[in-house]
Parts: sequence; C-alpha cells; structure tokens
Amino acid sequence: MSVKTVAITGNEAASYAFKQINPDVVAAYPITPQTELVQNFSEFVADGVVNTDLITVESEHSAMSACVGAAAAGGRVMTATSANGLALMFEILFIAASSKLPIVMPVVNRALSGPINIHCDHSDTMAARDAGWIQIYSENAQEAYDNIIQAVRIAEDMKVRLPVMVMFDGFIISHGIERVDLLDDVVVRNFIGEYQPNYPLLDVEKPLTFGPLDLHDYYFEHKRQQAEDIKNSKPIILEVAKEFKEISNREYGLFESYHLEDAETAIVVLSSAAGTAKAVVDELRDKGKKVGLLKPRVFRPFPYMEIAQALSHLKAIAILDRSVSFGGFGGPLFTEFRSAMVEFGKIPENINIIFGLGGRDINEQDIRGVYEQLDEIVKSGKVKERVQYLGVRE
Amino acid sequence: MANLKELIKKQEVLSPGHRLCAGCGASIAVRQILAASDDPVVVASATGCLEVATTIYPFTSWRSPFIHNAFENAAATISGVETMYQSLKKQGKIDKEIKFIAFGGDGGTYDIGLQSLSGALERGHDFVYVCYDNEAYMNTGIQRSSATPRGVWTTTTPVGEVIPGKTQYRKDLTGIIAAHNIPYAAQASIWRWNDLIDKAHKAFYTKGPAFLNVLSPCHRGWRFPLEDTIKISKLAVQTNFWPLYEVENGKWKINYKPRERLPITEWMKPQGRYKHLLTPENESIVKEIQQDIDDNWERLLALSGEK
Repeated sequence: MSVKTVAITGNEAASYAFKQINPDVVAAYPITPQTELVQNFSEFVADGVVNTDLITVESEHSAMSACVGAAAAGGRVMTATSANGLALMFEILFIAASSKLPIVMPVVNRALSGPINIHCDHSDTMAARDAGWIQIYSENAQEAYDNIIQAVRIAEDMKVRLPVMVMFDGFIISHGIERVDLLDDVVVRNFIGEYQPNYPLLDVEKPLTFGPLDLHDYYFEHKRQQAEDIKNSKPIILEVAKEFKEISNREYGLFESYHLEDAETAIVVLSSAAGTAKAVVDELRDKGKKVGLLKPRVFRPFPYMEIAQALSHLKAIAILDRSVSFGGFGGPLFTEFRSAMVEFGKIPENINIIFGLGGRDINEQDIRGVYEQLDEIVKSGKVKERVQYLGVRE
Repeated sequence: MANLKELIKKQEVLSPGHRLCAGCGASIAVRQILAASDDPVVVASATGCLEVATTIYPFTSWRSPFIHNAFENAAATISGVETMYQSLKKQGKIDKEIKFIAFGGDGGTYDIGLQSLSGALERGHDFVYVCYDNEAYMNTGIQRSSATPRGVWTTTTPVGEVIPGKTQYRKDLTGIIAAHNIPYAAQASIWRWNDLIDKAHKAFYTKGPAFLNVLSPCHRGWRFPLEDTIKISKLAVQTNFWPLYEVENGKWKINYKPRERLPITEWMKPQGRYKHLLTPENESIVKEIQQDIDDNWERLLALSGEK
C-alpha cells in the first residue's frame, strides 16, 4: 500500500481526488469557498494530466444542467459548488436524481444568503436534503478526499445509479492545511474502475427519450421507485467502504462512534465540529466522565435504525445542528434523530443545539458546556429548554 | 437548394402521432429543419409545447435520442451532451458522426433561457439552437414574452379600458445572437421551406454554434383559422414583419426581398390578436408599428451593405 503524505488544504485534497478520478466531463462555476478546488483542477486540465473536458459555464444552474446532459450522454461527470451556487442548481438537482445520473459533486458547506455570508454552516446542503441525492459529510480533508473517491463507486454502482454530494466545511476544512495521505493514482484508478454507461443518450442506434412528461398515471410509480433506490444504496455504501479500507487502511461506516459504547451522555454533530468535540471527549474521559460522540457520515439515505440503536443506551444526548429549519420544531438533524429514536422505541433524553451559523466558531469551552448541561439533565431528569442556540448574542 | 423529391424519401425524426395541434407551426419547423441533417442527430428541447406534446410517458415521438431537462437550460444541457461526445471521441470511445440540436420556444429562448444560450454560444460548442418563435407563452396559455410584438393581445396583456394590448416592442433576438459573433445565425420562415432547409443544413454543417430563429405561427394564440398557418407565415415575410436573413461569419445577407412590401395591416387583419388595433382610435399605434418595421428593414439593408 503505497501512500504519499502531504500537507494540503481540503480544496487541494478534493481537487487531487478529481485528478485521480479523471472524469470525462466537469462543468463548474466559481463560488467561495469552492473556487480553489475548480481552479486547481483547471491546472490539471491545462497541463493535460487528465482527459477531462472542462465546461466553464456561466452559472451553477448551467453547471448542473450541463452535468445532466453530459451524464445522460454516457460518461463520468463531476462538479462542485457551495451555498448560493447549490441553491441556484436546486431545480436541476431533482432532475439529476430522478434521471438516475451518477454525478459526483463535492459541496463546500457555506451559509446561504441572506444576508450574504461566505463562511461555514450547513444551511445549503440541508436545504437540498430531499433532492434525491446521496449525502455524505466529511470531518476533515482526509475524509473529503476519501469520500469523493468512494462516491464515484457508490454513484456508478448498477444497483444505485444516483448522484452523490460529498460535503466538507467551508474555510475550516476547505482552506485549512492538514496532513492528508494520498493514494497512488493506479490504486485509485483500479478502485473506481472504468465507467459503465447505462442507456447512454449518445447511442444513436437505440434512441431513447430522457426527461419525458410524466403525469398522474406514472409519476407516482417513478417516485416510489426512486424512494426505494436511494434506500437500497445503504448496503452498497458499506460494501464500498469495506473495499476502500483494503486500499487505504481507513475505516468508514454510515456514521462514526467515538467512545459511545459505554457512554452515558453524547453529542451528535456533523463534520468539522466533530473534530473539536472529540478533543473534548478525550479531555472529559481523562477525568473519568462517561461521554461519547456520534458523527453522522451518510445523511441520505438516513440510517435511522442503526443510529437509534447506537444511541439507545444513553441517558441524554445533545443533537447539534449547524442550520435552522425555520418554523420547524428543531434543526434538520434533530427532527430526523428524534423520529428515528421513536421508531426504535428507546428515547434517551435529548436537546437540540443550533450553533455555528455563518461561520460562528464553536470551541472546546462551548462543547464542554453542552456535556455539563447533559449531566444536569441526567441528574434532574428535566429538560429546561428543548431547542437552544449556542454562541449567539440574544 | 433542398430537393423535395429526395427529402420525402428520408425517414423523419419526429414521427406522426404527436399531440401538437393541427396547424401548429412548430412541428412544421422541426420537420423541415431535421430533414436537413445527413447524420444522426441528438435532440434537446426546453420545456414547452414541443416537449410536452411529443414525450408523454410512456410514449415518445422521437426516432432520435432526445433529452428534455428543464425550461431555461436546453442550451446548457446540449452543451453537456456535446462535450461528452467530444470527450469520448477524443478518447477513442466513440467514432460516429453525430449532430446536436436544441429547440426552445420564444419563452425558453428570448426570456428564461437567454443566459444559458448566451453562455453556450460564447463557449463555442458545436451545436445548432433553434428558437421556434410563436411570440408568446403558448404552452401555459398565451402569456406575453419579450418576443411578443407591440400592440398584441395576450392573456397577460389584455385589451383593457386603459391599455390596448402589449405596449413594448419585441426584443431583437437574432441581432443579440449575431452579436455573439458565432459562425452562423439566421432568421427563417416555414413558408420559404427551401430557404429554411438550406439554412438548417448550413447550421448543422458549420463548425461551432449556429442559431436559427423560425417564426412559428400558433393559431390558438394568434387567433386565425388553423389551415392558414402557411398563409400567415407568408404575410409575415411579405410585410417585412419577419425578414429572412442570415449572418454568416459576420456578413449580413437578406435572403428574400418582397417585390412590393405589403402594409403591416395585411399581417394584422387575419389575426384576432390584433383586432382591437384596427379601429380608428388605435390608428396611431398601427402607424408607429409600421414605422418601426420600416426602420428595421432600412437598418437591415444597411447591415447587408445594400444601402
């Protein structure tokens, strides 16, 4: 297993994955904080180290539209975006998924306007959670790199054939330099394999109609199939992770448990904040506190039974959301988790903490405070406030 | 020059049995244009009459590969298809000669799809874009677009007590496209079918982007008897309401000059959408429209080096 250890940013790691995947077509539009990813990749195109034809479109709407055309034509297609760019693609995200086109798209998480803000939160991809894409969240640059490579295999699996979004946090990960272990080009190439076209539009001998008008007599059946398809991607995601371990020695599942098995209280949090929380778990564990962490990786399809089971033995949990569902009961993670625990039948006491909007930092002190609050809930058996906002001036 | 005897021997790409209205100008335009390619074509379409009436699941009227994505992105979509073709060709994974064409109505082209089209033209993809211009949003029920001519009744420019139909002139889309300095842009009519087929052939076999703006009468929206589609198309050209011209590598050329330019009222009279204008109180509006038509013709003559 030959690896190259480098110090690079999350965007550089992602663009390196693009280079190794060597897609046939990339259509992309610049947006902070994704810009550097596509910029780096443009250099690979300009230097001829990839076969990719790069379409430098005039908007994200056209980026996703061109990706749909290119993927339907019958080849490997990738793009990347953030925040408002994802919002501009919104209409076409659903079309890509319902057309079963295996497009892979890193989304560098950034707060949605308005007001305009360029820093990290998850309002962009949470707003797109029902578009029919598989959603995989990454904690750091290493995970971003690994998840992008795995996403190609997941998307293109003949039992799946769905588009995949791979998330990592804007600036915190996209622009922070970290240690990353890169795989060999050949290893990646062998892992992802040759692209297998499925009903390609370019087959003029067998002409097909893509995107027909589908009315009340068939639309519902097609949506029902789509619901089944994304659900069935779960075992494939796990199979791909297993094979990926063989080439990387790095383990991936539907979520990551950190000191969860014997914990009494735990935090659930996505992406880079999980890194900060792990440091706090280590510190509290040293003091003998039974604390743990669950970091979701695959949010769509949502592995509700597995997650609810993993949390069922806890006395209290805090579900941290880096986005708001305006007018909803709590953040999107919170409502999904509560609902999953109801289905499983064991419901630890729980609170929802909305944090980090627009790039507001969350530090170790903040997370220590959350564990302290969970302790109090366990002691008193009472939840004072179910849905809370952390780190905001009120 | 297109040879009718040869053309009718070809299998048509758009098969009969589609659900466009009898007398629809768009289907005539599509058939004439697709007859002009000697190679297989991949067709893209914007959302609109053409798309909804030819692809009602589980049926399709298309004998060629066909893709519909959304309303505003036919150009971006076909640019993705064409790029994948170029990529696979370069890699030796495909060797067939294939032509790429996108159709959009005036709503999908003049209005909501203009940015997508402009981007695809600027990037220089090898494709043909056809606007079948029926001068309003006909699929949703005759709402005004930026292609709707001045004075016309539509459901969103109704003839009221105060406002007599659409108050603005239409956008000069063909001019806007020509300003992209693409190799080929033309305006055509289904009445001059041989001119249209010649232009379509040129568009298919020009390397890089090519554009055709084809006036496609809609009897539902324009309010004329459905058997008069070609007659109305002819009047559009003979009144200079819809001049036939092309811009080839920057060179403007008028392809047809009416022997005697008919007054614009001849174009208006058979169409119910103009009925309210042909009254004494709206005479001044008709005069202004006539002046605008004549000015545009003069401008076209000047651009073509004929003045």
